[in-house]
Amino acid sequence: MGFCVTSMQLNALFQTWQSNYYIYAPRIFSGGGRFSDTDCIRYGKIDCVDEIVFDKKSEYSFKEILTPVSQTLFFFTEGETKEADAPKKGAVIFLRSCDLHALKRLDDMYLHNGPADYYYQRLRENIKIVLMGCTHSFENCFCVSMGTNVSASYDMSIDCQPDGTYLVDCRDEAWGQQLEAAGASQMAVVPSHVEENSVTVQIPENLTAEVAKSSMWKEYDSRCINCGRCNFVCPTCTCFTMQDLFYSENGKAGERRRVWASCMVDGFTDVAGGGSYRKKNGERMRFKVLHKVLDYRQRNGYHMCVGCGRCDDVCPEYISFSGCINKLQNAMTEVTEQ
Amino acid sequence: MDINTKALKKNAFRVTKERGMTASRIRVPGGHLDAKYLGEIQKIAETYGNGTVHITSRQGFEIPGIPFEKMPEVNVALQSLIDGLDINQDEAGHGYPASGTRNITACVGNRVCPYACYDTTAFAQRIEKAVFPNDLHFKIALTGCPNDCAKVRMHDFGIMGMTVPQFEADRCVSCGACVKACKKKSVEALTPVNFRPRRDARRCIGCGECVLACPNAAWTRSDKKYYRLTLLGRTGKKNPRLGEDFIKWVDEDSIIRIILNTYDYVKEYIDPNAPGGKEHIGYIVDRTGFEEFKRWALRDVTLPDIAEVMTPLYWKGVKY
Repeated sequence: MGFCVTSMQLNALFQTWQSNYYIYAPRIFSGGGRFSDTDCIRYGKIDCVDEIVFDKKSEYSFKEILTPVSQTLFFFTEGETKEADAPKKGAVIFLRSCDLHALKRLDDMYLHNGPADYYYQRLRENIKIVLMGCTHSFENCFCVSMGTNVSASYDMSIDCQPDGTYLVDCRDEAWGQQLEAAGASQMAVVPSHVEENSVTVQIPENLTAEVAKSSMWKEYDSRCINCGRCNFVCPTCTCFTMQDLFYSENGKAGERRRVWASCMVDGFTDVAGGGSYRKKNGERMRFKVLHKVLDYRQRNGYHMCVGCGRCDDVCPEYISFSGCINKLQNAMTEVTEQ
Repeated sequence: MDINTKALKKNAFRVTKERGMTASRIRVPGGHLDAKYLGEIQKIAETYGNGTVHITSRQGFEIPGIPFEKMPEVNVALQSLIDGLDINQDEAGHGYPASGTRNITACVGNRVCPYACYDTTAFAQRIEKAVFPNDLHFKIALTGCPNDCAKVRMHDFGIMGMTVPQFEADRCVSCGACVKACKKKSVEALTPVNFRPRRDARRCIGCGECVLACPNAAWTRSDKKYYRLTLLGRTGKKNPRLGEDFIKWVDEDSIIRIILNTYDYVKEYIDPNAPGGKEHIGYIVDRTGFEEFKRWALRDVTLPDIAEVMTPLYWKGVKY
């Protein structure tokens, strides 16, 4: 059911959501950027539609709602443990098509890859998806190449109109009835999407792990500073590490939490006994890139990377992930001709 | 030739080596200007001067080789620069009304530099509006962060940008980047405790390296901007010395109030026989004692709660 709705009608709908859901959307964190007098656009709780940023890409993805940066799993003291509480409400999440495709990847990793992950599942069970239309491609986006530019499975879509109204395609019956009752004008709505990006990538059909032997990775040894930003902003990076900590005031009590980890950051490959693998940044880059466009596909049948381009947006050293992908063809030639 | 050298100096001209020739000194508060004014400067240099321009050590311009008799015409030609750079003036067409309080210098600041904690140019311009014109010999400099690229400790008032880092523990990924940056590039105010950084507020100098290093926006900057105010650094023949810390975590309004109060203090205590009516403030403070200076400087100043005032202050430097 399609509607043209005013912000007032939407905000009334938001208000009814609030009893059962937190509403998460990309919004401005004023002064929250790294540099002084800069903002950060990332996911946060919102109360009304005006808070949502439609005209820019969020620096970080929606994934922190379902896989929190730092997630306490349970508390322990002496002989007992207590599971950490789940959030009191579900989540309505506003996201774009690339991120909705990323959600499928999170689901496949956490739910359909052996036994379901309990902590992911309990968050995942209670979410609603609002697809934000893309009227144009942002810098560094390459969703078309990755086939993630169109999405069909959502509870509602939303497109911000120049006149301040919104076009929504409402699949959720109750929400649709509510908008109808509020007097929103009905019309056919198809969420906007982009058909081309200025950035395109070509993943070689003949790509194999042999490409690891290419010399192409060496340049990243010195260019990359292993900060991990590319992983943290990526909607499909899900690696975490475990931390068992004992509260400093009382060493008999503590908690276990899982915390985001990055394959680019020091310590990721440390093992018992002092071993450490992929010491060079080029090796880490190679591992990350090939996971996104090679071995994930071998396991799941489709690529992990969704082409949101956030890794390119955030890299302080201006390393381009899409640029790296486009070097793979020559690298394959290099290693096969040897 | 009958020229009042006192009057021309006050008018921001100079008595030069070459008899009959002067140089015009152009104020550029904060050292930042629209490029179009470079064309104006060029025009003056080529019309009235010897066709060269000196970029001064205080980020202004000095146009040499101007015959004294051309000063009135130069003053008229300077008007677009004076208006464009928003310099306080008594009477249009008569050039700069004072030269004692020197051009206020600043590093490039957060309009360009990632390290800067504030817009140095804007604050320099705000101070300029508050203190100029003034005949007293004051030197004020601003720098965006504790790297102090503007070398503000060489000035009477040195202003260094600071931020109070804010930590959102739930966004921390325990990567250690902040701890490493603070240790290697700053003052080692962060130590890891239970996988997360703990900040020693007493050590922290507010440089923002932790914010810059954090890959996940766990560290962010404070809403309010703060500064370190250093006092009474100077160059010169008798006792060049670096400015000493006066207040850590001071705010903009207080800095302006303190500078204005210092003008009152200097008027009260300056050596009446000082050559050219010019005496570095530091020598005056050496005479009155720091506590007397502080009493004047902090009059009607309401400092932020976190401000730390250092007292007493002692200066070092080379004594000849």
